[in-house]
Amino acid sequence: MTIQFNDETFRGDYSFRNSPWAIKRFPFPFHEDSYMYSVNMEQHRGGPAGSVYEKRFDVDEHYVSEMRDRALVLAEDPLRCQSLPHMTLAGWDLLELIMVSKSEDYPDLFELHRDGDRWRWVNRPMGIDDTFTFMDETTLPYGPMEYITRQTQGDFAVLDQRDDNLWMDAGMVTTQADWSLDFDIGMNFFEWHAPVPLAHEMGIFKRALKFLMNVQQGAPARRLNWTMTVNPLLDTSPENYHKWGIQKTELTPENIGAKQHLRVELQTFYRLPRSNALVFPIRCYLIAFQDLVTVPKWGRRLHRVVRDLPEELATYKGFIANRPMMLDYLSQYDDGLPTSPGVWPDLDTEPPLQK
Amino acid sequence: MSAAPQKTKAGAEKIEVIVSAVVPVNELVTRFEFQRPDGAPFPPFSAGAHTVVEMNDAGRTRLNPYSLMSDPADPGTYAISVRRDDQGRGGSLFLHRNVKPGDRMTLSYPVNLFPVDLRGRKHVFLAGGIGITPFLAMIAQLEKLGARWELHYACRNEALASYADVLTARHPGKVRIYYDDRKQAIPLGDLLDGQPLGTHVYVCGPKGMIEWVHRTATDHGWPEDNVHSEEFLAPQPGKPFEVRLCKSDMTIRVGENESLLEAMERCGVDAPFLCRGGACGQCETDVVEHEGEFIHRDHWLEDDQQASGTKIMPCVSRFVGPTLVLDR
Repeated sequence: MTIQFNDETFRGDYSFRNSPWAIKRFPFPFHEDSYMYSVNMEQHRGGPAGSVYEKRFDVDEHYVSEMRDRALVLAEDPLRCQSLPHMTLAGWDLLELIMVSKSEDYPDLFELHRDGDRWRWVNRPMGIDDTFTFMDETTLPYGPMEYITRQTQGDFAVLDQRDDNLWMDAGMVTTQADWSLDFDIGMNFFEWHAPVPLAHEMGIFKRALKFLMNVQQGAPARRLNWTMTVNPLLDTSPENYHKWGIQKTELTPENIGAKQHLRVELQTFYRLPRSNALVFPIRCYLIAFQDLVTVPKWGRRLHRVVRDLPEELATYKGFIANRPMMLDYLSQYDDGLPTSPGVWPDLDTEPPLQK
Repeated sequence: MSAAPQKTKAGAEKIEVIVSAVVPVNELVTRFEFQRPDGAPFPPFSAGAHTVVEMNDAGRTRLNPYSLMSDPADPGTYAISVRRDDQGRGGSLFLHRNVKPGDRMTLSYPVNLFPVDLRGRKHVFLAGGIGITPFLAMIAQLEKLGARWELHYACRNEALASYADVLTARHPGKVRIYYDDRKQAIPLGDLLDGQPLGTHVYVCGPKGMIEWVHRTATDHGWPEDNVHSEEFLAPQPGKPFEVRLCKSDMTIRVGENESLLEAMERCGVDAPFLCRGGACGQCETDVVEHEGEFIHRDHWLEDDQQASGTKIMPCVSRFVGPTLVLDR
């Protein structure tokens, strides 16, 4: 399939839009009418054709514009990309993983030609054709992690594994749900998750760490996470909170359908072969409420999830103040009918809105 | 989320291989080299990783972990070196006696429970006997990265010093060999005292040697996180015992020469596992009820967990007594 890449912005005039194709394949994160934390991991080995789970690194219509936005963020704040000295090998691992995956999964968009250590990488959508020496940093314009993640959607946390823990020792983080690589760099798994409410008491992180340390080569895993964002902003960082935080007060009953977005992260986990590090790609998908409710099942369910979410979680996810307005809007799309199990839109089998 | 529910099978991903060479190294040790049948490259691996070798020994499946000793930068070949254990349960004997070039075998993807700490300013390797194997891969990897390292290698005698000649010739000045029959011993205390700040020590060898290194390092003020070890445990034979598996709703008998994990597998229970050597934690199993004594042999459970009688690692640990009920 050839992807038509959008020319759009995630700031200023916010011209970001989801096409009908992108709406239908949106990774809706709620498999039932309520939500609570769980270590909801599964293997990352493909998924239904056309879904965001199908390829190892999903490329969609937002690719080129997202990469342009990343370049803008980095130009203003180079500390969004950091790699401690011992993580360079992991950077090469990541470069190889992405180049091999993308060239195999999207041969019409990406090509990788390897002749020993001499590699040629062609990225058609971004107009890149570079030849370099694998494992020789001097032959690339950036370090290996920065080079490849300037060309790959999603944030990347590269975690060193040692002393029975994972350490946030490298990353490219420009599309984050309000966390800072510059703040977290060098922290271990428990330290960087310290601000999350409830989950510690539930033992979630101990179990999650055990699971992640056992993610093995050739057997990647994935899960979804979600939050809410006003305006289609990729860069909701603590560094720029003074710019975007205020926008949460600009919601009105008239503009909420267009401005309020459900933000979903497709998180995947790969063991990196040469470094034994773990890479944690965090891919952000945004959808406006007004687009989401065009899928009747999702409209019904989102209303119920937002309504019944524990207060601590609505506070942590940053929408407690706007929850009443969100519920006023979403309740128009909940007719009380039961919903089918699972995350899929089920457009052909679920009834249209009955009010 | 449930985008595409799949049942996870126990163990790591597998790779089909052809035995490309069987090379006797000395009287006890043989090297086995593998290639992929289609000539495709192997997955790259990190030094210190092991692979689990699947053996079909006259209908009985044996799964033994061995350190990958080949150069991680060489994707054409995986190699292991196996010491013949005449008293063991038969895995090494099977490899030595039955495996020939051209044979097809199955390996697991590499799994690393003994990684190099890449922050280390210097790496000191302490090998005892066949414990040399992971260090061969580490040395190859660190040489490419231009890192500082040295190896101290204790062997019984010159004839059994696997790869000592190659290592000494290739890296004079970085490799020291110590022979038991010449009453030579690694001068551990002095060695530890003389290292620059930021040095990491790695030990692989017999249990006693590993304990000696950890104890001495602690005594000499080394931080625990700078001392790394790997000891593969082979399951030990023991008295047969009976186990009730409540989830599977069956009672099975663990024979003298098989592990609890192997007995479960023989009875068709898809129990989780990875290293099969008591180190990775994958096979940890809850004990529902017991009357008798555990023989815990793993490196995974904490002392208090072992003492509590609520957990067992079925890959290496056994039980003596009339009643054992597991949540499996």
